[in-house]
Amino acid sequence: MDSIGFGSQLLQYIITGITVGSVYGLVALGFNIIYNSTEIINLAQGDFVMLGGMSSVFFLTVLHFPLAISIVLAILFAFIVGALLERIAIWPLKNANQVTLILITLAISLILEGAVMLIMGRNSYSMPYFTGSHTIFLFGAAIFPQYIWVIGISAVTVILMNYFFNKTVTGKAMKACSDNPTSASLMGIPVKRMILLSFAISALIGAIAGAAITPSLLMEYDRGPMLTIKGFAAAIIGGLGSFGGAIIGGLVLGISESLFAGLISSGYKDAASLAILLLILFIKPSGIFGKK
Amino acid sequence: MSKIFRNGLLIAATALFSVLLLAANGYSKKSTYVLGADFSITGRASFLGDPEAKTVRLLVSEINAKGGINGHPLKVIMYDDEGSATKARLNFQRLIKQDHVLALLGPSLSGISFAVIDLAKRYKTPLVSAAASDRIIINPKTGKTRKWVFKTPQSNALAAEKIFGFMKKRGIKRVAIITITTGFGASGRTQLIKYAPKYGIKIVADEKYGPKDTDMSVQLTKIKGTNAQAIVNWSIGPSQVIVTRQWKQLGLSKHMLLFQSHGFGDRRNIKLSGGAAEGVYLPLGKVNIGKLLPASDPQKKPIMAYIRNYEKRYHKPISSFGGHAYDALMLVVHALKAVGPNRAKIRSYIEHTKNYVGMHGIFNFSPTDHNGLTEAAFVMVVVKNGDWAIAK
Repeated sequence: MDSIGFGSQLLQYIITGITVGSVYGLVALGFNIIYNSTEIINLAQGDFVMLGGMSSVFFLTVLHFPLAISIVLAILFAFIVGALLERIAIWPLKNANQVTLILITLAISLILEGAVMLIMGRNSYSMPYFTGSHTIFLFGAAIFPQYIWVIGISAVTVILMNYFFNKTVTGKAMKACSDNPTSASLMGIPVKRMILLSFAISALIGAIAGAAITPSLLMEYDRGPMLTIKGFAAAIIGGLGSFGGAIIGGLVLGISESLFAGLISSGYKDAASLAILLLILFIKPSGIFGKK
Repeated sequence: MSKIFRNGLLIAATALFSVLLLAANGYSKKSTYVLGADFSITGRASFLGDPEAKTVRLLVSEINAKGGINGHPLKVIMYDDEGSATKARLNFQRLIKQDHVLALLGPSLSGISFAVIDLAKRYKTPLVSAAASDRIIINPKTGKTRKWVFKTPQSNALAAEKIFGFMKKRGIKRVAIITITTGFGASGRTQLIKYAPKYGIKIVADEKYGPKDTDMSVQLTKIKGTNAQAIVNWSIGPSQVIVTRQWKQLGLSKHMLLFQSHGFGDRRNIKLSGGAAEGVYLPLGKVNIGKLLPASDPQKKPIMAYIRNYEKRYHKPISSFGGHAYDALMLVVHALKAVGPNRAKIRSYIEHTKNYVGMHGIFNFSPTDHNGLTEAAFVMVVVKNGDWAIAK
C-alpha cells in the first residue's frame, strides 16, 4: 500500500480524465444547443456553469436552504437568467450579424462575472459533498464519490437531452429551427421562442454542471472563461452542433489532458489539449461527428 | 489680450494667496510629512492590496491622533494600481513628480514592483515594497543590492529553508514538490530545488499545475507512485485547498506529510478544505498567530495591538499581507522621527535600522541586506482542530 503500481496510476489518470472530460462535455453540449438554433458561439457558456455553482452556494449558505433544494433552485434560477439574457441582449438585435451577437455573449459573460463578484466577493466557495467524502478504491485507484455524481449527472443529462430533441414536439421544433429557420417558421414553429428556449436550456445544463463540480473543485466568480475555452475546444473536436460529439469531444479532451499530465509533463497539460484541437482541425476540420 | 492679462493676474493672485496660506499654516503648526503609497487595492490582487491600504489608513490615523511624528502631521497619498504594472508606474511617477513625497510604499505584487523600482533610483526616493521576490532588492544581473529599494515580506528562500530545516529535524529525506506555474510558484520551485541539497533532501518528483486548474489528482497520483516522505505544495489560494483535499482523498495523507507554502496562511483555507487540512504544515509570519505567541516574545505586544485595532475599525480579521504594509510604513515613520524630511537620510536610516520589532519579524538591515529578516521570521505551524498550532 506504500506505493502505487503503474496500472493503478493509469486507471487513476483515466478516471480523472473522464470526470474532467464530462464537465467539458456538458459545457460543449450547451454550446451546441445555442449554436444549433442561432449559429452563435455563446462565450458566456462557462459563466452559466459558474452561475450554477455560485447560486447553489448562495441558496445554501446565505438563505440556508437544504442542499438538494438549493441545487434545484440554482438550476431554475440559471434557466430564468438564461431566458432573461436572451430577451434583453439577443432578441432586440435579431437582425444583427453573427460577430455582433458573439460579442454580446462576451458582454453577458463579463456582466455575469461582475454581478457574482459584487454579491459573493472574490473568494472561492465550496459546498458539502452530495454523498459523503469516503473515497472508494478500485484496483488501487481512488474514486471520489463526488466524481461518480459528476459522471452520472452528465450521462443522465445527455440521455434526457437526446430524448428531448428527438422525441418531444418542442425538441423536434428546436431541431427544425436549426436545420432551416425559414422553413421552420413557414411550418408555424415560433423560431424566436425556440431561440429563447435554447438559451434557457443551455444555461440550465451549465448550472447542472456547476452544481455538480462545486463540492469537489470549488467555485469562484472568474471560473467561467477557462470552462468556456475548454468546452469550446470539446465542441470543435466533437463537431460543432453534434450532441454526441460534444460528450465524446469532452472525454477525448479530458482523458488526453490527464494522460499527458500523468505520463509526460504536468506543466504542459494545456498545450496538449490545444495540440489535439489543432490536430483535429488539420485532419477533420468539421470535428469527429461533424457534418461536412 | 486683456483677457489673457486678466487670467494671468488671477493666477498670480491665487498663487500669492496660496503661498500666504501655506506660510500661515507653517507658523500655526509644523509642516506635514507626506509619504506616497501604491497598492493593488482593487482587481485581481485585491486580497493583498485591500488589507494593505486599510492597515496604512489605520496607522496614519493612530499616529496623527498621538500628535504626529515629532509634532508633524503625517499624510500618506495612496493610489490604486488595480493590479496593472502600467498604472503602478504612472502612480509612482505622479507620487514623485507631482506629490513630492518623501518615501514610497508598495506595490503589492512582485511583478509590479519590477516595473517601478528604477524610479526610486532615478529620483533618489526611498521605496519600501510589500512584495516578496528577492529580485526587488537585488539586481539579478549584477548581484548588487539596489541602493534605494527595500522590502518587508520574507523571501521565498527563507520559507523554503524553514520547511527543509523542519524536515531535517523530522528525518525526512525524500520530498515531492508540486508548484503552481505563476511567478510565485516558479520562484518557490527554484528555491526548493536550490536549497534541498543543503539539508540533505532529495527531490523525487517535480510536478506543476496551472493557476486555473481545478483538479490535481493526476499530479498527486504520480507523486503517490514515488517513495517521497513528504510533499511541498507551493502556490496561493484555492489551488492549495484542492491539493489538500485530494491529498486526503487519494489516501496520500497516510504515508506523506503535506507542507504548504506560506500562501496557505488564511484560516478560510482550513474551512474550505473541509477537515482535510488537519496535519498540514506551513511556515507563517508571526503576525498570523499572535495569540499563540508566548508572552516573552517581543513581537507579541505590537501584534496583539494591531489585531485589536484593525478588527475594531474594520470588523474583519487581519491578514498576513496587511502586516507587510504595517512594517513598510513603520520603518519609514521611525526614520522620519529620527532624521526628519530628507530622502537621502531616510534611506540611510532604514539601511542601518537594527532590531526593529515588526509584524513579520525582527528586522536587521544592512547595506547588503535590504530585507533584514532571517528564517526566524517564520514559525512552523500545523493545522490542528481546525486552527493553527505551533508545530514542534
